This record gives sequence, C-alpha cells and structure tokens, in this order.
Amino acid sequence: MNLDTIIFVVSAALAVFGGTMMIAQRNPVLSVLYLILSLVAQAVLYVQLSALFLGAVLIIVYSGAILVLFLFVIMLLNLRGTEDLGTGSRPVSRTAKFILAFLFVVELVMVVRTGFFRGQGEIGMMTVQAPDFGSVKTVATLLFTKYLYPFELAGILLLAAIVGAVVMTRNPGEDDSPPVVTNSPRDNSPKGNE
Amino acid sequence: MLEIIVASTIKVVVVMAAVLTGCAYATYMERKVVGHLQHRIGPLYAGPYGLLQPIADAVKLMFKEDIVPDKVERATFALAPLIAFVPALLTFAVVPFGGDNTIFGYEIKMVLSDLNIGILFVFAITSLGVYGIVLAGWSSGSKYSLLGGIRSSAQMISYEVSYGLSIIGVLLIANTLSLRELVDRQASDSIWFFSNWYVFKQPLGCLLYVVCAIAETNRAPFDLPEAESELVAGYHTEYSSMRFAMFFIGEYANMLAVCAVGATLFFGGWQGPFVDSVPLLGIVWLVLKVFVFMFVYIWLRATFPRFRYDQLMNFGWKVLLPLALLNTMVTGLLVVQGVF
Repeated sequence: MNLDTIIFVVSAALAVFGGTMMIAQRNPVLSVLYLILSLVAQAVLYVQLSALFLGAVLIIVYSGAILVLFLFVIMLLNLRGTEDLGTGSRPVSRTAKFILAFLFVVELVMVVRTGFFRGQGEIGMMTVQAPDFGSVKTVATLLFTKYLYPFELAGILLLAAIVGAVVMTRNPGEDDSPPVVTNSPRDNSPKGNE
Repeated sequence: MLEIIVASTIKVVVVMAAVLTGCAYATYMERKVVGHLQHRIGPLYAGPYGLLQPIADAVKLMFKEDIVPDKVERATFALAPLIAFVPALLTFAVVPFGGDNTIFGYEIKMVLSDLNIGILFVFAITSLGVYGIVLAGWSSGSKYSLLGGIRSSAQMISYEVSYGLSIIGVLLIANTLSLRELVDRQASDSIWFFSNWYVFKQPLGCLLYVVCAIAETNRAPFDLPEAESELVAGYHTEYSSMRFAMFFIGEYANMLAVCAVGATLFFGGWQGPFVDSVPLLGIVWLVLKVFVFMFVYIWLRATFPRFRYDQLMNFGWKVLLPLALLNTMVTGLLVVQGVF
C-alpha cells in the first residue's frame, strides 16, 4: 500500500463521511461544516488526479465563497438551528424519494460495474494522468476553444440569475433612486445598502 | 525517499518556527510602532527595550484559565480557533524564500512546495480562514460574537472578489501562477534592481491588493468584526487563554502571509542586490519587504478611524470592484497589444 493509495482511501472516506453526516444533521450550521469537509476531501481527490486547478477552484468557489454565503444566510435566519424540522412529508413525496434513491443506487452500481473505470488500473481508481492534464493551460484552452459556447452561455445564465435575484428583492413600490445615506452615525438601518 | 522526508521535515520546522517567532514579534512591533505614533513609548520593562514582551505575553496567556461558557456549542467552539490558525500558517508553504541553494552539499529549494498553481493555493487557503471567525461567532452563544461573525462573513465575501481580481493583472503579465516563476520574472541585472518589479506595471493592482488584504485580514480600518466600541470584542468575546491566543496568532500570521504574498507578487519577492553572489541574502530581502509592508499596515491602523458598516459595503462593491475590473480589462488589452 503506497502513500497515494492511503491518501486516496482516507480522503474518499472523508468525502463520503462528510456527505452522509451533512444530510444526517438537524443543525444546519453543522450540515454546512460537514459539506465543507466533504468538499475539501474531494479537492484532495482532484489533486491526486493531477487536476490541481480544479481542486483549487473547487475550494475557492465552493468552500471559500458559496458556503460562506450559506452560513451567512443560515445565521441570519435560524440562529440556534434547534427547531423541529417536522417529521412527516406527504405520501407522494415519501414514495418519490425512495424511488429516486433506489434509482441512484442502481445507477451507481451500473457505473462501477460496466467498466467506466475499467482498464485504467484498479476498479474505482483512475490512474494518474499526464502532468499537464489538469493544468491551467489545458483547462483554459479547452474552455476557450472546444467549449467556448457552453462556457459563455453559462456566464450569461448566471448573469441573468443575478439580475433576476436583484429584481425580485426590490419592493415594487420603491423608487429606483439609490437609498439616501446620511452621515449621521446613528442612522445605521440597512436601507438596501448591504 | 527518506532523505526527501527528512529534508522536508527540517524545512517545515524551520519555516514554522520562523513564522511563529515572526508573529510574536509582529505584536511587539505593532505595540511599539503604534505607541510611538501616539506619542507613547510602548512596551519597555520586559528585557532591553521591552524585547521580551512577546514571551511574557505568551506565558501569561498560557497560564490563564480556559473558560468555556455554558451556552456554547462545544465542538465548534473548540474547532474555531484551529481553523483560524492553521490556514494562515499553510500559506507559507508556497512562498519562496530564495533561489536554489547548496547547503552542506545538498541542493535545497528555498520553498516548501513549488506548486505550479501556487497563487491559487494561497487564495484557496486564505478563503478557508474565514470559517474560524464565522464559527467562533456562531458557536459562542453570545450576541456580540454572532454579530461579529455575521459581519465577518459578509465582509469576506464582498472583498474576496476584488482581492482575487486585483492580482489578475500581474498574472496576465507574468503568464504564470507559480510564485517561484513570478519571482524569477521580476529579476533584473541592472543597477536599478527594482526596475522589473510588477508594482510599476500594476500600481493600481498593488493598491487594490493592499486595501483588500487589509479587509480580508480584518484589520483596522476594516476591523468591523471586532469593533470594540460596538461589539465588545466581536467574534472572540467569549474566548480566553490559549484559544484566544490562537485567534491572536492567527491574525498576525495572516497579516504576515498577505505581506509575504504581496511582496512576492509586486515587489520581487526575495530578489534584490547581490542576491546572485550571496544566495542566502534572499531571505533578508524578503523579510525586509515584509517588514515594510507590516509597517504600512500598522501605520494605517494608527492613522484611520474605523469604517461604518454601510461605508464598508459601499466601498467594497462600488469603488474597489469597478476599479479591479477596470484594471483587469486595461491590463488584458495592453498584454494583447504587446505593451507588457
């Protein structure tokens, strides 16, 4: 058992553990923490596959930005996180979720069995790629040549989502002029400045 | 194999010891400099010129009672100082301290890990540091801590965008993400040893980097998460003893880290006069540059009053972000035109 295998097994186990604990938590803040653990472990897996850039971006974008935002919202909405999450859901959704879960398991087993990974070392383990496989240059070249249109379209989609979110948070009665910021230190009310 | 492990371990131990000592003496420097700027003397009695003050402080903090209040979430309360502390130290893994040297017959690279995405690693690791503060705020079970944590998360998200964009200009010009190569590109043989520093090609980028770095490390005038006039001590209100010390050291380690990265990106890192003939001089130059950066940090702290919260947000989104985008765009155009 060499060092690579040990690192792989540990981080893979951590990723699965984090993912499982995330949905098993009652407390949303702890859920976010376990999700971070899972993401960091996944980043290690990326790095092991020579995809250094993807690993770094995974941490910067998800752990560094999106999950901080999650925490921010959770802390604002639900401070202690101990309220009852409810017990029952409607019968329809209850059956639906079991069917979905079953389908996912079937899919997982099929992917592992039908040889997506076969011929590349042990089952479930991809071998290490060429050194420049996941380098910034390779990824960027692919993004700006082969996948240019999907890349740009995703950008426009995100922009539309941002604009939509901004529009939805505005009150219809409010005028469009920016809120007046007075210079009195007592006036700290959040008038849409945040 | 064994040789590599031993060499790496020695390097890690040396660098960590140096960084931690640096943190301790950064606190001394801060107290001295702020003292003199405010027409006081600063620490004086522990050792000559008060030089043993950091050691006295460390001993004091270690012997203080470690208080865990009743209403805390114990696990995260204990975890938060570690999360604040460790990422700050990890940054130094990719900062180059010099070129390749031969010491005792061994070829030594003066960097712990020469990643080819070094600068992305720095940003990934620093972005994790915010969890220490946010979790400390949340798990303390105190409203002051919570407000500090919420402020911190909002501030980090807002300034991280400009922080990341501020260095894009340098990366565009240098055409590399490796910190070692970034330093190499800033070398110069002429008598004007600083002529290739990126600060001259990226003055706006450097300014934005400094401002955002101060905000990212929660230092005055952006220290809203621990504004003592409003929030007692902000996110670390409920902490005491070594756990408080970890936040404290983490903050200074973070400052040293952004200073070292800033010096590497904009001021030529370990490059300087005579560094070719005396390779170990690189360390001296880097430390000197970090020292100057730290002085500016402390100077700013002693000079400016704290921002108000809405001013902080306005400044981040309406001033820094457009400027950073503009800088990126102009630099991109210039690079395409072949000016740089």
